Amino acid sequence: MDLILVAVISLGAIGLIAAVILYAASKKFAVYEDPRIAQVSEVLPQANCGGCGYPGCSGFAGACVKAADAGSLEGKLCPVGGAPVMEKVAAILGLEAVAAEPKVAVVRCNGSCENRPRTALYDGAKSCAIAHATSGGETGCTFGCLGCGDCVEACQFDAIHMNPETGLPEVDEEKCTACGACSKACPRKIIEIRPKGKNNRRVVVMCVNKDKGAVANKACKASCIGCGKCVKVCPFEAITLENNLAYIDPAKCKSCRKCEQECPKGAIQAINFPPRKPKVEAPAGEAATKPAATKPAAAKVETPKVEVPKAEAPKAPEAPKAEA
Amino acid sequence: MANKLIVSLSPHVHSGDSVQKNMYGVLIALIPALLVSFYMFGLGAVVVTLTSVAACVFFEWAITKFILKRERSTICDGSAVITGVLLAFNLPSNLPLWIIIIGALVAIGIGKMTFGGLGCNPFNPALVGRIFLLISFPVQMTSWPLVQQWGSYTDAQTGATPLALMKMAVKGDVNALGQLPDTMSLFLGNNPGSLGEVSALALLLGLGYMLWKKIISWHIPVSILVTVFVFAGLMHWVDPVAYASPLAHLFTGGLMLGAIFMATDYVTSPMTHKGMIIYGVAIGFLTVVIRLFGAYPEGMSFAIFIMNAFTPLINTYCKPKRFGEVVKK
Amino acid sequence: MKTFRIGGVHPAENKLSAGKAIETLALPKQAVFPLSQHIGAPATAIVKKGDVVKVGTKIAEAGGFVSAAIFSSVSGKVNKVDAVIDASGYRKPAIFIDVDGDEWEESIDRSSTLVKECTLTPEQIVAKVKDAGVVGMGGACFPTHVKLSPPPGCKAECVIINAVECEPYLTADHRLMLEKADEVLVGVSILMKAAKVTKGYIGIENNKPDAIKLMTEKAAQYPGIEVVPLQVKYPQGGEKQLIDAVFGRQVPAPPAIPINVGAVVQNVGTAFAVYEAVQKNKPLFERVVTVTGKSVKNPSNFLTRMGTPMSQLIDAAGGLPEDTGKVIGGGPMMGKALVNTEVPICKGSSGVLIMNDKEAARAEAQPCIRCAKCVSVCPMGLEPFLLATLSAHKDWERVEKEDVMSCIECGSCQFTCPSHRYLLDYIRLGKGTVGGIIRARNAKK
Repeated sequence: MDLILVAVISLGAIGLIAAVILYAASKKFAVYEDPRIAQVSEVLPQANCGGCGYPGCSGFAGACVKAADAGSLEGKLCPVGGAPVMEKVAAILGLEAVAAEPKVAVVRCNGSCENRPRTALYDGAKSCAIAHATSGGETGCTFGCLGCGDCVEACQFDAIHMNPETGLPEVDEEKCTACGACSKACPRKIIEIRPKGKNNRRVVVMCVNKDKGAVANKACKASCIGCGKCVKVCPFEAITLENNLAYIDPAKCKSCRKCEQECPKGAIQAINFPPRKPKVEAPAGEAATKPAATKPAAAKVETPKVEVPKAEAPKAPEAPKAEA
Repeated sequence: MANKLIVSLSPHVHSGDSVQKNMYGVLIALIPALLVSFYMFGLGAVVVTLTSVAACVFFEWAITKFILKRERSTICDGSAVITGVLLAFNLPSNLPLWIIIIGALVAIGIGKMTFGGLGCNPFNPALVGRIFLLISFPVQMTSWPLVQQWGSYTDAQTGATPLALMKMAVKGDVNALGQLPDTMSLFLGNNPGSLGEVSALALLLGLGYMLWKKIISWHIPVSILVTVFVFAGLMHWVDPVAYASPLAHLFTGGLMLGAIFMATDYVTSPMTHKGMIIYGVAIGFLTVVIRLFGAYPEGMSFAIFIMNAFTPLINTYCKPKRFGEVVKK
Repeated sequence: MKTFRIGGVHPAENKLSAGKAIETLALPKQAVFPLSQHIGAPATAIVKKGDVVKVGTKIAEAGGFVSAAIFSSVSGKVNKVDAVIDASGYRKPAIFIDVDGDEWEESIDRSSTLVKECTLTPEQIVAKVKDAGVVGMGGACFPTHVKLSPPPGCKAECVIINAVECEPYLTADHRLMLEKADEVLVGVSILMKAAKVTKGYIGIENNKPDAIKLMTEKAAQYPGIEVVPLQVKYPQGGEKQLIDAVFGRQVPAPPAIPINVGAVVQNVGTAFAVYEAVQKNKPLFERVVTVTGKSVKNPSNFLTRMGTPMSQLIDAAGGLPEDTGKVIGGGPMMGKALVNTEVPICKGSSGVLIMNDKEAARAEAQPCIRCAKCVSVCPMGLEPFLLATLSAHKDWERVEKEDVMSCIECGSCQFTCPSHRYLLDYIRLGKGTVGGIIRARNAKK
């Protein structure tokens, strides 16, 4: 009995002393932190992907609080949580959310095994960065996808996968949060973070080859040869041609799909559009973007939530630069 | 140009060295000691070695295939065979089969595969197995059969090892050291002990082979042996009645086996020469401390085990001398 | 026997073409001159389509101080200025010249008489070397005039000539010494004069006893030049290793350069090019190239005009074997694998090595067994296993802390790794990335 008593008393005493020390230390060494940072952190997804450009979610929360003190949340976007999360953040900080257009990663290379015949064999570490440094790649195209999957490794959301048939990565648009990790990981800057576009539809030049037409043509069946036909046919001046490569500005593009038809190489692709009906409806400008009954499966992504900010704020998004 | 050219970064040639070559090199270096153990302990040695190797290889294969579900089996690289032989070398030749199999399971299963297989284990697998058995089955693990009873296995007669005599001397038995076999028979292995540890000569032959083939560098074995010699010599000089001569220390117990084959295990020893020497000196020191002042008569396996744990730390703090750090001539 | 102090390996030497005298290769039909054949800024083309050029006509001007001019090696008409796949595997701008006859610029002295006397001042020599577009001929292609112009505060004490040729297979430098010993030695004297030093060392590995003997005999006539036989060990031809071996000094970690310890290192081919540039007014437009490989019918050394496609050299050596797996520009330890054989010979192309399928295939990488062999062979005292792992994990901060920038990419670690790990692949990635980070940081300052 005595033994138990001694044990209880001594342990209790140790606990008490420790508690006093801890209390004193917590008072003495307390660091003041804006309580809003913790609140904002709470509503963030806690994926710590860094897609916002800050080191982790708490870093972003701190930046948001700072920005809010300066008066506006402009330029702050959590790509993972998107508009709903930003609204919550804005509510906590007592501000209006700045709506941003939802974006998605787009792999701008269509050099599948079929389109791009192999001319050499790469034998080395399975890393695009290393393959990129080794040589121009396994094909005649020194700009296209290397197929080692650095982007797949970089993705924290399991949203990008290699297609073993084409040898190219494919983005799962439902999972993609446009955090930009894949784009950063790609040594050839093939992956672009582009606005999702109306109804999740967009027209993209699926090539980044800057070689002269003849060389590009020889290297890949689906390459942009810089012929400029798309530039001429575009009624909205949305296409620019630089270094033998066409680029469609998503801010100006109205998804009329004229360029897609004009491209002699099929390098321009319209993504998530319904299959063309013979003649009647197809190239009628905005008409084509009306929600058609023949919506493809992938277009289901658009939940009403995503649609809201788009409708409210038709602001022109920042046009991503064509990578040099 | 019909066939496609291969592109890769330089270097485009390779020395031809491989994991297998190194592992089989170690096995070759173990042969003299193995032969001596067969000669000294006869049937028992053969049974123990075969059981241990077979069990180690089987467990590695089974774990790779059924638990880790890896496609490529690693049993061909020879590391499991080495673990098996080294484990056997650390056991008395009259150990029952089931204990050996448990030892192999612990060595491969817990010592190696738990951490991810070859290259990832922090401790020498054979040592893990031996220490596990030593603590779990102290009676069986410390009853050493006398030499040259060729036909016997578990029924062999047992006797005190030189290390046990040395321990008795430290404990105050003034006659104990007098009963030690002479240095020459210690050197040749004519005394009771674990399978592989008895003959210093055979083990030194193995060391010579490994140094010649550049499988290991001299740093670890030499630093261990020198430290033990110096430290034990110092103690012997202080009190020759209680402390055995340094040569007796060198040639008894698992010291040679440990210094040459266990401590030099690639995976669990430091990467730089400086680190290797620190590691070796510490092992030598700890061994003598345990032998003279500890509860167990033999300290080699514990010393290596403790230093295995320090290897990552040594690696972090012992950097090789960078080019250009040298002061101008 | 002298050698460097840390690490090193000894790959099979395979000097198949060591006994073959230098042959002059026929002119190509079209010569292609990439504009970046050297370290530094690419040259700028000064000819355009349709221009007529002679052998030795300058066709591209240096693009900056660290850059070199390019001269036509053929006479004919400029076909186009376009892009060509060079040794890097990428398309780079280049000048294409259709060959027509073999008309040389008149200023070039084409006689074979040895001109020993050089009355020019050091400054005049450097200017002449610069005007001739001479770069390091060992492979790195660092413009020679830059090395001869020490930065303020540094003073050269000796010139070290790199005649080590530690790369297996290659024999171009070896043959050059045997056949042009006097020219090389005059070149060394000129280099010594230009660097304002009185001492010159020629480091030759012991596997070339004939070259050591010949050079030692001839060097007696040239004051201040000493031949230093060296133990055979790779990478002795590395600049820093050679200085350590010959001069006993170690260049500190980057950004320090050899001149900081008073040494100017030049390749033996460079010495010959300097001789021709200064004494014969001949700009750099041809060089000795070894074409070799176990499957090659007739391994040879060719005196080749720049811009010749490698396929022509391979044909001259007996053609591309059926089972070719890899064509390497340079030696097997540091050379670049080429994507096709139309890559033109450049100033730094010391050899063309052909490997068959079996030799070319890399073995599958196995887990690291921490044997520390890479650590003990690294000539820079680094820990390759650690650098490779950190690079693979993209921990650039620690990669930098572990001195990745000291790596000379010699490949000893990967050569020796029993697990066949792609150590250097990852270390290069780390070095490249960290280099970029450091440049960005310096730019900010």
